[in-house]
Amino acid sequence: MNLTLKIWRQKDASSKGQMVNYKVNDISEHMSFLEMMDVLNEQLVNSGEEPVAFDHDCREGICGMCSMYINGEAHGPDRGVTTCQLHMRMFKDGDTITIEPFRAAAFPVIKDLVVDRMAFERIQQAGGYISVNTSGNTQDANSIPISKHAADEAMDAATCIGCGACVATCKNSSAMLFVGAKVSQYALLPQGQVEASDRVLNMVAQMDLEGFGNCTNTGACEVECPKGISLENIARMNRELMKASFK
Amino acid sequence: MSGFFKSSIGRKVAMALSALFLMFFLIIHLSVNITSVFSKDIFNVASHFMGTNWLIQFIMQPVLIFGVVYHFVMGFVLELKNRKAVGITYAKNNGAANSTWMSRNMIYSGAFILIFLVIHFLDFWIPEVKYKYIDVIPEDPNRYYEELVHKFVPIWRVALYTIGFIFLSLHLMHGFKSAFQSIGIPSIRKKIFQTCGKIFAIVVPLGFIVIALFHHFNNH
Repeated sequence: MNLTLKIWRQKDASSKGQMVNYKVNDISEHMSFLEMMDVLNEQLVNSGEEPVAFDHDCREGICGMCSMYINGEAHGPDRGVTTCQLHMRMFKDGDTITIEPFRAAAFPVIKDLVVDRMAFERIQQAGGYISVNTSGNTQDANSIPISKHAADEAMDAATCIGCGACVATCKNSSAMLFVGAKVSQYALLPQGQVEASDRVLNMVAQMDLEGFGNCTNTGACEVECPKGISLENIARMNRELMKASFK
Repeated sequence: MSGFFKSSIGRKVAMALSALFLMFFLIIHLSVNITSVFSKDIFNVASHFMGTNWLIQFIMQPVLIFGVVYHFVMGFVLELKNRKAVGITYAKNNGAANSTWMSRNMIYSGAFILIFLVIHFLDFWIPEVKYKYIDVIPEDPNRYYEELVHKFVPIWRVALYTIGFIFLSLHLMHGFKSAFQSIGIPSIRKKIFQTCGKIFAIVVPLGFIVIALFHHFNNH
């Protein structure tokens, strides 16, 4: 198929960017979206132009690196997939595809489609962990009984890959689905109870410090999340914060 | 505790609590007003009670005014903060693909409700304050029904109130379930909560519209 691509080009963090049009021809419907981008970049390099910078790593939906806003949706029009898992069969011959970086004041553009998502790392560092003595006395995880329901819910929350699609999709650039998932994956397990209060207080404080917006429960994040992280995690985080603040 | 209400989640919970209080008030308001459709005397008795009971007048009414003002002011403050958090907007954004129109436009439905409330205050609340506290006219327990009916004689006012309540319905369509989600109610995902939200968002504004239409046509 032959396509027109409207892509955000921005030289560096301090430059002003703009949308630039490109044509790509003979794209197979079996290609992934990133393979289509590879074709475009090969074309640009061969013609002596600067290739489009975009984040990618595992290309199998695990690492959370790819981060494009395609035709007005984070990770494109398909559901439950990252950009690397999006296939060109989702588009038609002759389509114009708009490709932009994830937008949020807390995710500044580094170059073209690459954004700085270190804000997520700083939120994680504020409390997204459990402290374990690893000096040889570590208790076997299986010796602590955990209900199937709690284990399943914690595992569901832990599938968050931190790609930032929730922030990119949210009309308020809120990071509450991400933080909710990270708080929940520990709050649901006995191992996470010891630091539960400090965790939620510190992670929410860091989230606010990073300049993310306020959640208004539109539910867009849940729909666009490639891992299907539920809004229930935000409700749980709210409960955890209330519990920690008023005890 | 003060730290909680300074956090983004705390502000969200405070918004939800004020919304729940306002929704409770809507039920009370509708319960009193709907009696006017069935009985002039019951409406007069209920309105006289609401207008003269000290607990309602001097405790509940100030709390209500605070709730209304807080909900509107905080709504606009949060909207400004959120716009700052967004930064550069998308060249193409398909919001309809993942969320409802009502959820994305709460600020606009809220702004229209605010305009409606100003008109409503000018129509009913300000004359009531003038009657009781400025002109200090002796209380007539039978005046309320006539005052209500008189207001809905002009068709333009009925049309204005109908539009106001349509915006209220749109606001509640998202606001009801959103308030429960914000205070962390875990069962919000269940069908029953969403159904209750839809019923509330339709029945309550519709009740007020029916009252306005009834009195307009009943007096022609």
